Amino acid sequence: MPDTTLDITGWTCPAPLRDRPRVVMGHGGGGALSAELVEHLFAPAFGGPVLAQLGDSATVTLGGVRLAFSTDSYVVRPLFFPGGSIGDLAVNGTVNDLAMSGAQAAYLSCGFILEEGVELSVVARVAEALGDAARAAGVEVATGDTKVVEAGHGDGIYINTAGIGIIPQGVDLRPQRVVPGDVVIVSGEIGLHGVAIMSVREGLEFGVDIESDCAPLGDLVRAMLEVTPDLHVLRDPTRGGLAASLNEIAAASGAGVVIQEGRVPVPVPVRNACAILGLDPLYVANEGKLVAFVPREHAEAVLAAMRTHPLGRHAAVIGEAVDAHPGLVVARTGLGGTRVVDLPIGEQLPRIC
Amino acid sequence: MKYIDEFQDPDLARRLLDDIHSTVTRPWALMEVCGGQTHTIIRHGIDQLLPDLVELIHGPGCPVCVTPLEVIDKALEIASRPDVIFCSFGDMLRVPGTGRDLFQVRSEGGDVRVVYSPLDALKIAQQNPRNEVVFFGIGFETTAPPNAMTVYQAKKLGIRNFSLLVSHVRVPPAIEAIMQSPSCRVQAFLAAGHVCSVMGTGEYPELAARHRVPIVVTGFEPLDILEGVRRAVHQLERGEHTVDNAYARAVRPEGNPAALAMLGDVFEVTDRAWRGIGVIPDSGWRLSARYRDFDAEHRFSVTGINTREPAECRSGEVLQGLLKPHECEAFGTTCTPRNPLGATMVSSEGACAAYYLYRRLEITPTRTARTAAPAPTARTAERTATADAPLEASPVA
Repeated sequence: MPDTTLDITGWTCPAPLRDRPRVVMGHGGGGALSAELVEHLFAPAFGGPVLAQLGDSATVTLGGVRLAFSTDSYVVRPLFFPGGSIGDLAVNGTVNDLAMSGAQAAYLSCGFILEEGVELSVVARVAEALGDAARAAGVEVATGDTKVVEAGHGDGIYINTAGIGIIPQGVDLRPQRVVPGDVVIVSGEIGLHGVAIMSVREGLEFGVDIESDCAPLGDLVRAMLEVTPDLHVLRDPTRGGLAASLNEIAAASGAGVVIQEGRVPVPVPVRNACAILGLDPLYVANEGKLVAFVPREHAEAVLAAMRTHPLGRHAAVIGEAVDAHPGLVVARTGLGGTRVVDLPIGEQLPRIC
Repeated sequence: MKYIDEFQDPDLARRLLDDIHSTVTRPWALMEVCGGQTHTIIRHGIDQLLPDLVELIHGPGCPVCVTPLEVIDKALEIASRPDVIFCSFGDMLRVPGTGRDLFQVRSEGGDVRVVYSPLDALKIAQQNPRNEVVFFGIGFETTAPPNAMTVYQAKKLGIRNFSLLVSHVRVPPAIEAIMQSPSCRVQAFLAAGHVCSVMGTGEYPELAARHRVPIVVTGFEPLDILEGVRRAVHQLERGEHTVDNAYARAVRPEGNPAALAMLGDVFEVTDRAWRGIGVIPDSGWRLSARYRDFDAEHRFSVTGINTREPAECRSGEVLQGLLKPHECEAFGTTCTPRNPLGATMVSSEGACAAYYLYRRLEITPTRTARTAAPAPTARTAERTATADAPLEASPVA
């Protein structure tokens, strides 16, 4: 035996993607495969303490000012869907990532990747939607970029946006602040965006009268912070749905989370569509909702403030952080049973029958 | 669609549970045949609410789980060919063959598409006349009729570039095989309602009488399951063994004549291998001679298939109700939905996946007990860990 003591500090897994030699769609699904890609491949490659926060947006200090900084790419199909378009998403997604740090978005960058052959009238509609959404969110598109890829190498239009905003003093939103007893509040009905997209996707058209919830959440967050700056953590449950957000918070905070399934607001059309497709509404994407972990003593006032805001009128307490089962999310079912709510692996797949 | 809330009503569920609790006097083992029923049971915690005397055993009725490894490997081989567009329902894409799955084939350049109906695959064939379009035709009596109809349409329309990779299975021979097993513990069956909505109930009375086992046709909502259990327990306590239709809103004794006619025209009964179980006589369908041209196995020369099932996978025992998922040594360690050894862990209807997804909390302490201090039983652990969680005390609840 060689006389050495191994220092394993800083080691990373030498075979991070052992079961997947190539990228599969699930790596972009917002579940376990996405998290693995970031944590085991990107983060070690890039390094840096800021990225290691792994929040929806990064928190940085420049010239004594705390800033939230975030980027996201939008590859949605179809480009236009009930309740919005890729242009709305490209603004609201990034604005909301900043809002989850408590920041109001100030400036956005906007990168268009256009596929050769896409009609300019379509590009114009998307650009107009993007501009309208930016004005509605109170944010200015300050810089941009355009690239064109050959026909067949894209889905018409891809958009990347990055955003920056100032975090108010006294606001410190991160999962590590979650403590047992915190009350879990969701801002409204879940699953609308994912079902709206599915309802118009090729091969899956079904007649539901439902629109995406795509909306900017900065103003709702401001109303909540006016009640107390002492919110512990906020997340907007986009890809992977409410289940993914709760799991991320549970894992990062080390707390357990218990939710009452019957208290989670799920619109009837969403529930029906999910029943037909064999999907779980907890895993369906949202684009205008947030989930908050709030100190128990402030929960009632925060909930009341949310309900007076148009984007929070269906806000509901759905559970709490607990000492038991650290890092796990557990749902109590309507019938009185319990189940673990796991992080999705990749994308949800409709069942065969 | 209506009635989802009605069939999940906690008050009605409580009444059914009270009836079951007050009826049962002895231990009974019931098998729910269908993976969809298993999913409902575990997702809603129904097994936790039943009396300890009533044990639910999870049956082989997950079509994804029982599709043989050899067929999966054939699918992977066909889907890898450059001229093929391979179409499948979504949940087959994640099922592991020997070493890879259809997602991986797609990432390697294979044209693998998720469809929601076999007719969509036929449409793709019409739109891509230079490609061979293959649809992965798996499933029980529920998915067989639309697949049969698609082949019928293809023939009628003269579409030559469409074929079906067939691995359809039938439920009654599986029940027969389970009852003939010397280690069988099943005393009653909850038959799959959607299968009976196609086939009717005519295949079951003889099975029930010969094996002296109650068979209750059961739906898939929580109250359907509880009503099925209730009727089965009543029969068992009274020593009866009849076929009882508790899913009358969907199932007629004669089944669906149009679907049956289509099945009879396009398919013929054959012996079929079930993954993890083996060959069950007369338990499957293949395309009949008149439609042999549409059989992907005939059209493509798929040779050199060398299947390799992980030795430690015990999904066969799980599928036969001989082993609870968490009793397998590999469960949650070497076998997880991320890295499944068998289809019962990867399929959304698989019993192992349901236990892993929904029951890890109660299973973990039990498994730890093998190397550490004695842990409470699964049910006790569950109750101490979560049922008393202080959510009710929330000031804003």
